[in-house]
Amino acid sequence: MSGLGSWAARRLLLGGVQTVAVVLLVFALTEALPGDAAVALAGDQPDPARIAAIREAMDLDRPAYERFADWAAGLLHADFGTSLASGRPVTSYLSGAFGPTLLLAALTVVLLVPVGVGLGVLAARFEGRFVDRLVSAVTLGVYAVPEFAFGVLLVTVFALRLDWLPPTAVGYGTDLLAHPAALVLPVLVLLSRPVCSLSRLVRAGMIDALASPYVAHARRYGIPGARVRYAHALPNAVAPAAQQLARTVDWLLCGVIVVEALFVIPGLGTVLMNAVSERDVPVVQGLAVVFGVITVVLNLGADLVTHRFAPRAEVAA
Amino acid sequence: MQDHPGLRRRGFLTAASGIGALALVGCGGSNDSGDSSGGGDGKPRRGGRLRAAFAGGGASETLDPHLANLFADVARAKALFDKLADYGDDLSAQPRLASGWEPNAGLDRWKVTLRKADFHDGKPVTAEDVLFSYRRIADPEKTFRAKASLEPIDLRASRAVDERTVEFVLKRPTAEFPNVLAAFGAYIVPDGSSAADFDRKPVGSGPFRFVSFAPGRSAVFRRNDDHWDGAPYLDEVEFVVANEESARVNALLGGQVEYAHELNPTTARAHEGRGRIEIVRLRNSAMQAFAMKTDRAPFDDKRVREAFFLIADRQELIDGALSGAGVVGNDLFGKGYEYYADGLPQREQDLDRARSLLKQAGAEKLKVTLDTSAVAAGFTEAAGIFRDQAAQAGVTVEVRMGSKDSYWADILDSGTLCCYRSGAMPIEAHISQRLLTDSTTNATKWHHKDFDALYQQAQATKDAEDRAAVFGRMQRRLYAEGGFLVWGFADWIIGTARTVRGVDRKAPANTLDWARFDKVWLA
Repeated sequence: MSGLGSWAARRLLLGGVQTVAVVLLVFALTEALPGDAAVALAGDQPDPARIAAIREAMDLDRPAYERFADWAAGLLHADFGTSLASGRPVTSYLSGAFGPTLLLAALTVVLLVPVGVGLGVLAARFEGRFVDRLVSAVTLGVYAVPEFAFGVLLVTVFALRLDWLPPTAVGYGTDLLAHPAALVLPVLVLLSRPVCSLSRLVRAGMIDALASPYVAHARRYGIPGARVRYAHALPNAVAPAAQQLARTVDWLLCGVIVVEALFVIPGLGTVLMNAVSERDVPVVQGLAVVFGVITVVLNLGADLVTHRFAPRAEVAA
Repeated sequence: MQDHPGLRRRGFLTAASGIGALALVGCGGSNDSGDSSGGGDGKPRRGGRLRAAFAGGGASETLDPHLANLFADVARAKALFDKLADYGDDLSAQPRLASGWEPNAGLDRWKVTLRKADFHDGKPVTAEDVLFSYRRIADPEKTFRAKASLEPIDLRASRAVDERTVEFVLKRPTAEFPNVLAAFGAYIVPDGSSAADFDRKPVGSGPFRFVSFAPGRSAVFRRNDDHWDGAPYLDEVEFVVANEESARVNALLGGQVEYAHELNPTTARAHEGRGRIEIVRLRNSAMQAFAMKTDRAPFDDKRVREAFFLIADRQELIDGALSGAGVVGNDLFGKGYEYYADGLPQREQDLDRARSLLKQAGAEKLKVTLDTSAVAAGFTEAAGIFRDQAAQAGVTVEVRMGSKDSYWADILDSGTLCCYRSGAMPIEAHISQRLLTDSTTNATKWHHKDFDALYQQAQATKDAEDRAAVFGRMQRRLYAEGGFLVWGFADWIIGTARTVRGVDRKAPANTLDWARFDKVWLA
């Protein structure tokens, strides 16, 4: 097990380096954008004297490396700095917006795993037959629809035509659990594409595993079909799916910008959109750190899972 | 680091958005869907909560009225606070907290009398509060938006004569001084207010009192029964933020809000007259223009500018770029506003004359770059349409897409021709901010000493009719050879639930009756 421990430590270290790289890259790219927060704030009243005054008030006249150093130093004691646009601490932005995004992501994952794996196993079991073709056709079809269009479609049908569900979560703020009906459509939109990709992966993995010599061997021993499928073949099929799942969770947490905009859910994606258009660099940086850390942790977890289920697959550390 | 300056994103208020003023324009096509939600129909009823959806500024929003920059900010600020004056439908200043104003003979000292009004904490609004508010806005350390508007006032010399009288001393004669009192963001707050107060529990003198506020999400205000202008009909008003237009429409259709601000023309067409929601079109709102830099080739030749005026097929631009939701412009700002020169002939496309003017100017195979950006609705479409129209006159227009976030700053000094738009403001303010030699946002580089002198003359003219004549002269000059090719005025479109009554149908954005929830009721 010490092998696994040092492997995990190396992975963690690598993850730390990756996070720092992401943050540096974000800082550099934001610096390279035309205009800065002062210009963005001045909007359609770009009076040069005013822009200069805003720039000075925001400390934007200081060199970039100084601002970066200050910010990095604050980060060491969990101080993400203050927003350029409002002067409020960046942590308040992140904590306020984390709840709704986390809730959406958690609900989606909770539903995603059984639905995605179930559909994949189902399709693999009836490989080449009607059920398989139906599942494949539907998943491919849904996967091809962009989230925005799918969301608009769902809203039109289920909220505006049938009047079963509220069309948006406007006015509910972060207290979404008190209005569970408002969560149904956003979660459906979020589920649509990951379910498709996950079930396709599970299906492919299952078919490979079921055709493998060790499964044939297990069958020769007379082990019941269900047991072969779930205890022997599925773990091998899940390995690639776990990594896909990690990427999905990552994508869910890192915004889900379309869904949040369409359904007016004040989550991290909304904060990110606003911060980018305001050139609110400290907020963008704070989000980059959060997203970087989440990505690293999730991928580490996925690799561990893969390691556990399919040690021979030899995931690169 | 508290209290960061100024404006936030999408800094539209004055410039980028507006709303139509007036019923005037013979906009025969004004097919407003029924008038059931028009002004004074039915008997106003008390009670209820109205939820209004606006595009907002996200988590960085604040209730500091002096920071107001977005429509959502202004709508909230006007519910909680009052200004000394505000703009009527024709953009003339109307008294609000000020019950009247009286200049001296030289027009450089103005005595402003306050009406009897109280803040939400019961304290009266006094001359000291007014001076405190204006000094806060003008603080040289800060960059509040109204600062430039208050520039004519010498706040050091101005003083409170008594509780309810302020004497403003001005740096120069300013006949249009009441416009300053109505300036965008010049709200009156209690003496001693600090930035922290506005976020926690703002106290104003407006028609609604503060209940709760979560930046980027929701603000709830309750009726102020003691408001000097009469208590609102609504018990409560809630402002919610939905940046996506489709989300605002869906929330309105689904009954989650009763008022949705800023809708697309296509949405309006889809729902107009269907009986599900009411569509309110505020005509003649945002000025739509191309700005030519008059200090550089090829537009330093006034024949080229005139040729460009004649190249534009205005109706085609309106139909294409604004989906028909607007009326044609006549190369002048402020259609329907006070002092607008409406006697000038409507400019029409005349390609033959344009070609001959270009020939005279020696610019027959002219090539120009037109700067545009997705910063405002219809900009990129307008650029494409104008390129095709120019081609018919033998002019090659190359469209260049610019960054959305720095567009307004980029076009100020660079390029020669660009897409431009502006919201409602008095014609006098448009001139002083954009067309004088020392104007800070002079995008057409219109530098003419004699034009500046006319402006000073207008400001020193006490008689309103004489002043109108001077403004008329200035506009005739701009019509003949100015740098703004004003091709249209876009409608501002609002959607309301069928139960909403009393929504004003004529008020441009930033004016008194726009987004004015104290006169609205639920049937």
